[in-house]
Amino acid sequence: MIKDMLKLFITNRKALLGVIILSIFIFIAVFAPLIAPYHPKQSSDQEGKFQLRAAPSSKHLLGTSHAGYDIFSRLIYGTRLSLMVGIVTGVITTFIALTLGLLGGYYGGVIDDIISFINNIFLVIPSLPLIIVIASYITIRGVWPIIFVLSFTGWAWGTRVIRSQVLTVREREFVKVAEVLGEKPLVIVFREILPNIISLVMATFFTSTIAAVIGEATLEFIGLGNISAVTWGTMLYWAQNNAALLYNAWWWFLPPGLFIGLLGTSFALMNFAIDEISNPKIRKR
Amino acid sequence: MKYFLRRILWLVFAIFIALTINFMLPRLMPGDPAIILIQRLEGLEPAAINAVRNAFGLETDKNIIIQYKDYLIDLLHGDLGISISHYPTPVWNVLRKALPWTIGLMGISTVLSFIFGTLIGITLAWKRKSRISDAVLGLFLFIRSFPYFWFGLILVYFLAFNNPIFPLGGATKVGLMPADGWEYIKSILYHGILPGMTITITSMGYWILTIRNNMINVLAEDYITVAKAKGLSMSRIKNLYAAKNAILPSVSGFAMALGFVIGGSLLTEMVFSYPGVGFMLYQAVQQQDYPLLQAIFLFIILGVLFSNFIADLVIMILDPRVRDGAKK
Amino acid sequence: MSDKLLEVQNLIAGYQTKMGRVLAVNDVSFELKKGELIGIAGESGCGKSTLAYSIMNLLEDNGAIFSGEINFSGDNLVDFSAKEIKQFRWQKMSMVFQSAMNALNPVMKISEQLIDALKAHQKGISEKEARKRAEEMLELVDIQKDRLDAYPHQLSGGMKQRVMIAMAMILNPDLVIMDEPTTALDVVVQRNIIEKIEDLRSEFNFSIIFITHDLSLLVEISDKLAIMYAGKILEIGPAAKIYSNPLHPYTKGLMNSFPPLTGEIEEMSGIEGKPPDLLNPPAGCPFYPRCEKRMEICKTEMPEFKELENEHQVKCYLYQGSDNLE
Repeated sequence: MIKDMLKLFITNRKALLGVIILSIFIFIAVFAPLIAPYHPKQSSDQEGKFQLRAAPSSKHLLGTSHAGYDIFSRLIYGTRLSLMVGIVTGVITTFIALTLGLLGGYYGGVIDDIISFINNIFLVIPSLPLIIVIASYITIRGVWPIIFVLSFTGWAWGTRVIRSQVLTVREREFVKVAEVLGEKPLVIVFREILPNIISLVMATFFTSTIAAVIGEATLEFIGLGNISAVTWGTMLYWAQNNAALLYNAWWWFLPPGLFIGLLGTSFALMNFAIDEISNPKIRKR
Repeated sequence: MKYFLRRILWLVFAIFIALTINFMLPRLMPGDPAIILIQRLEGLEPAAINAVRNAFGLETDKNIIIQYKDYLIDLLHGDLGISISHYPTPVWNVLRKALPWTIGLMGISTVLSFIFGTLIGITLAWKRKSRISDAVLGLFLFIRSFPYFWFGLILVYFLAFNNPIFPLGGATKVGLMPADGWEYIKSILYHGILPGMTITITSMGYWILTIRNNMINVLAEDYITVAKAKGLSMSRIKNLYAAKNAILPSVSGFAMALGFVIGGSLLTEMVFSYPGVGFMLYQAVQQQDYPLLQAIFLFIILGVLFSNFIADLVIMILDPRVRDGAKK
Repeated sequence: MSDKLLEVQNLIAGYQTKMGRVLAVNDVSFELKKGELIGIAGESGCGKSTLAYSIMNLLEDNGAIFSGEINFSGDNLVDFSAKEIKQFRWQKMSMVFQSAMNALNPVMKISEQLIDALKAHQKGISEKEARKRAEEMLELVDIQKDRLDAYPHQLSGGMKQRVMIAMAMILNPDLVIMDEPTTALDVVVQRNIIEKIEDLRSEFNFSIIFITHDLSLLVEISDKLAIMYAGKILEIGPAAKIYSNPLHPYTKGLMNSFPPLTGEIEEMSGIEGKPPDLLNPPAGCPFYPRCEKRMEICKTEMPEFKELENEHQVKCYLYQGSDNLE
């Protein structure tokens, strides 16, 4: 069944587009040093110091920042951390959601009550304010705190959705049969239930990753990230704090945002494709 | 009746939890922020330093249960502590000025985004076969992938800076007072358009996608086929048979949607320097004004809980099954 | 014949998929007189529901009528425009849907659902008149007037089914198609509903196409009986005749499948095998692989209807050419 889904996935146009975009970003991240013309913190070369806040030119494709850094290079290098944070957070969040969803949904009873209760609390509290508050209390600044905060607050939605689905699958005949046959719970969970919720898990992953990429950029924009790190979010921070708007320096804030949006779109496309594949009613014949 | 009571109980309980979390949060954090802050405030009066101590529960001479009791009593009196960045103004006074702006901006934007989002979502699902439908869907998927604040920046750039159609920021023209009457109101509306647009457009995507999905599921139901067989008009089927059922799951997911909208509107305020709660939060973070920070957080949670409660009431009105406590 | 109400001729209908056409109704023909009840029996997936939806013109999305005629009082429904169908449907011909289905709008009172059918076809009708008619209908199906403003979830399964019958009859149609109306109900409720349907039929004299997989039920209530398999009608005729003398091997197998209440306990015989793939229907008789009495010719060519005494027709090579049956 998983093979069938993979086949459907690859032939779906939206999914294909999403995968292509993602691959391009991964390519950029891996080969950053080869693609970027300068080092992100480089402010001069043999010809002398770089012009500050320069407009795009042949020497600096996207101009320079307030400190003379080449914006294009920073954009390229920024891909590494932004992508990493997004995906790592997505994986962690999905893992937590999957675990809690399976436990709560399958075992029911007290375990489920506790998990659901905590889940509901996290669901009701709006994530951004919570993220901001927690992040501002954590004094270390960097990407790992961000990953931590985002994961800590981001697992709620996925858990609820997965738990709901596990509850449904659990009542299906083949699970009942396995139970009657005396299969151990862990075996049932992994062999019977898991394959049937894979598409949902994938959807959770994509959604969480988009949220993480945006969340990271948001936190850094506010100044809660490591402002000396090179990510798309910090680029926006510097742009905002140095009145890029007022200097008419669109090349400073447009590209990072655009990249975030494109990366987000690629995940959204893949997510949408999975939706179409798993829900026959949405699928067009 | 039973449903209503249950909802009220949940509300009260949730408020209680929110207050407790708010109480626990600073006391759970590693001691660093408090001490750094106190060191920074060395030059200030003891009252300010006490405010910080209060906020962080560093008065270890008081038992934590007593601290909790005092905290709750203070809250009932509307005492949220003293703001550090606005010292010596109490936090509540600082907040009070910002609240109306946020409630207004966010309130209106949320309603607009719900209305437009729902209408568009219903239409997209109804006319699924057309190309335009696909294009619009794609457009919103695309928009949804962008950070809210970035979208705001773009709008500011193109519509306020490059072509000064709209103001760059703020809630009103500097210097205008409520006493200026109509001028004042006009200015508020004028300044509210860009931030409002930002919030509305970016949060619309969520509604559109949800309603569209719900609508598609509903359209596959048998009572739609029966309605067609009966010879009812298309608009009656679309509205009373399909849409009325499709909206229900959305309304129950309102709390979560509201979470997104709040996040978005906070950021929008930051970008536009709109003097609401979000902008205040931004400044509080920058200046490490923890009492203010906590109070804002508390208010946001309370706001969400109340809106959620109202959404639950709305469902009660719309869905007869819920009224009777029937299992769906 | 002047009291012939419905005549289906060589109807082919089904679903268009990426892999080709699924012929759920593969060359079906039958007639129905005014006031007659024809039962259509067959296994799940034999095409009964598709047949019903085709006649009602309710096939959606990728479903379509590919060829054939559906003559109602002389007019071919297949040629009707969408507007004509909309007017015609529910007024002359209506449908009672499966009770297991979610056929009632959960957020609308049943009064509204009954009334809007009226209003859609009788434009000038006043609210009061419409409501009165709705009350009458509910009374007809033995539902108290005070339940008129109830919501579907407040009614029992049997009551919901009766509401649907009331809804189908509200414009006094000449033909009512009933698709598995009693399938999801318990036997006692089933009995009530069937009796009610019988009463209504004798009072209002409308025709019924009654679709179900429950052959024993059909044998009791049908005037005429049609046995459907893999999109084709294999045997059709007066119900009593088919019961006492089933001709087609499939029919015989079906009749043998339900145990009698009295008599010796015998071993039950089912019918081995499963129905063919309707995406690529076989050229010959679809029952070929499962038939005990099959012959070479059955595989390659589909037999025609052979009428043996008194409208009892069967499509089977066993009877081609022979004029006596017993």
